[in-house]
Amino acid sequence: MTIKTIEAMLPGVIYLSSSPDAAPFKTAGDRVAAGETVALVEVMKSFLPVEADADGIFLGYSVENESNIEPGETVCQIEAV
Amino acid sequence: MTGAIRKLLIANRGEIAVRIIHAAKKLGISTVQIVSEADREMLAARIADEVIEVGPPAAAKSYLNVGNVLEALRRSGADALHPGYGFLSENAEFARAVTDLGCIFVGPDAETIERMGDKVNARRAAIEAGVPVVPGSDGRLDDPQAALKLAGEMGYPVMIKAAAGGGGRGIRVVRNADELATAVPQAMAEARAAFGDDGLYMEAYIEDARHIEVQILGDGETVVHLFERECSLQRRRQKVWEEAPAVALSAEMRSELCASAVRLAQSVNYRGAGTMEYLYDPLRKAFYFIEMNTRIQVEHPVTEMITGIDLVREMLLIAGGAKLSMAQEQIHCDGHAIEVRINAEDPARNFLPSPGPIDRLQIPNGEAVRFDTGFDAGSRVPPYYDSLIGKLIVKGGSRAEAIERLGQALEELDVGPIATTIPLYRTLARNADILDGSVSTQWLERWLSDKKLAP
Repeated sequence: MTIKTIEAMLPGVIYLSSSPDAAPFKTAGDRVAAGETVALVEVMKSFLPVEADADGIFLGYSVENESNIEPGETVCQIEAV
Repeated sequence: MTGAIRKLLIANRGEIAVRIIHAAKKLGISTVQIVSEADREMLAARIADEVIEVGPPAAAKSYLNVGNVLEALRRSGADALHPGYGFLSENAEFARAVTDLGCIFVGPDAETIERMGDKVNARRAAIEAGVPVVPGSDGRLDDPQAALKLAGEMGYPVMIKAAAGGGGRGIRVVRNADELATAVPQAMAEARAAFGDDGLYMEAYIEDARHIEVQILGDGETVVHLFERECSLQRRRQKVWEEAPAVALSAEMRSELCASAVRLAQSVNYRGAGTMEYLYDPLRKAFYFIEMNTRIQVEHPVTEMITGIDLVREMLLIAGGAKLSMAQEQIHCDGHAIEVRINAEDPARNFLPSPGPIDRLQIPNGEAVRFDTGFDAGSRVPPYYDSLIGKLIVKGGSRAEAIERLGQALEELDVGPIATTIPLYRTLARNADILDGSVSTQWLERWLSDKKLAP
């Protein structure tokens, strides 16, 4: 089994849920499909999805909700299956 | 002149902050620039007399943080605040709070912002001032006969939708009476099924609408217009290319349009700079008021280029208590001006935002070329705010000459290494539809979806 790291492609502010009142996109132990949105990055007034690049089990976020993020920074980890 | 502004706080950032500082300096007004943590090094902060930090990078915590901005105003000792555009510029409560601190809000008073900034109120004010609005059913339509009668009066095409439905859901465009006779019962049945209410709403459908707006200036008693701008080239309802004067208007239509904007502004004793936005229907050859912006607009330089009037200077003078410095007969439209918005977005990758460093910034110069920007070489475009890097504005004796100069200026303009929308405009400046002015508010999105831009 491989642990995959999902990184931010663009700088901005990271959001771990689709709206302030919603539950996080994923919690540890959830199944994740390749292409699924795991976070949003707000960059220049646009919200761009951060997508999983493999099927697997979600292990957890590495960033705080609404924190500033830089390209290449780890958003979360997935155990590929 | 009594009450003239001595010290101005600029509650904005980027190119408009630089623009306001320049206008203030020419009037001998000292300047205080607010900055977020991300903007400490921006150009406006470097040219202002003083800088006050108002919070973390996110706009909600800095430029939109009313408490922090008011605290900065109090601490600065400034006697006036210019809100620019966006951020708090059309926030009536904020305008009131500035005034309550004993300071001047550079713009109309809070009551006017409330009245004209609200679409429903503004539409009512327009009707009262005899300014045309998009014709529609005044309330709901409950029977097919009433719909036919009204459509006959408005002229086809018309648009019908469920009165109870929001947004664009269930909209039907109907082109003649036969189609309407079939469509109304269908739409009523669908509305009943979807919303439990079969009431319909009908409005004139404006095909190939053009966006035309009129710049006005008022001192609370007198209102003048500075002609119109056309901003039909839009993507996702964001203007990208603006020009003055408008392409499609006859001389009679132009004077009617501008007079209607003056009438509406006069009816609310408007004070400051403002813009009346209209849709122009080329089929019905009619214009309809849609909304008012009670602030300076991004595209104001095209108006300055054709009239020679410094709009930000006028705003500062009026806010300081002065009367208008010119009469309507002294305002002339000379030549044709075009502005394109240079954004940090990659047109080859569906306009993906491209914040980051600006190492190269080569600005074209020459006669009748202007570049307004909040950045210089060595700056960084932060990811937290809008993507506007700068505005390239050119003027020509005719529209054709202006487009030719725009093409030349775009060849000289070089911004990098971040991606920008410059390649988009290089292509548009050679496009046949744009050259002959046959565009509408939907033109750019249609063209983009048909075309792959060369990298």
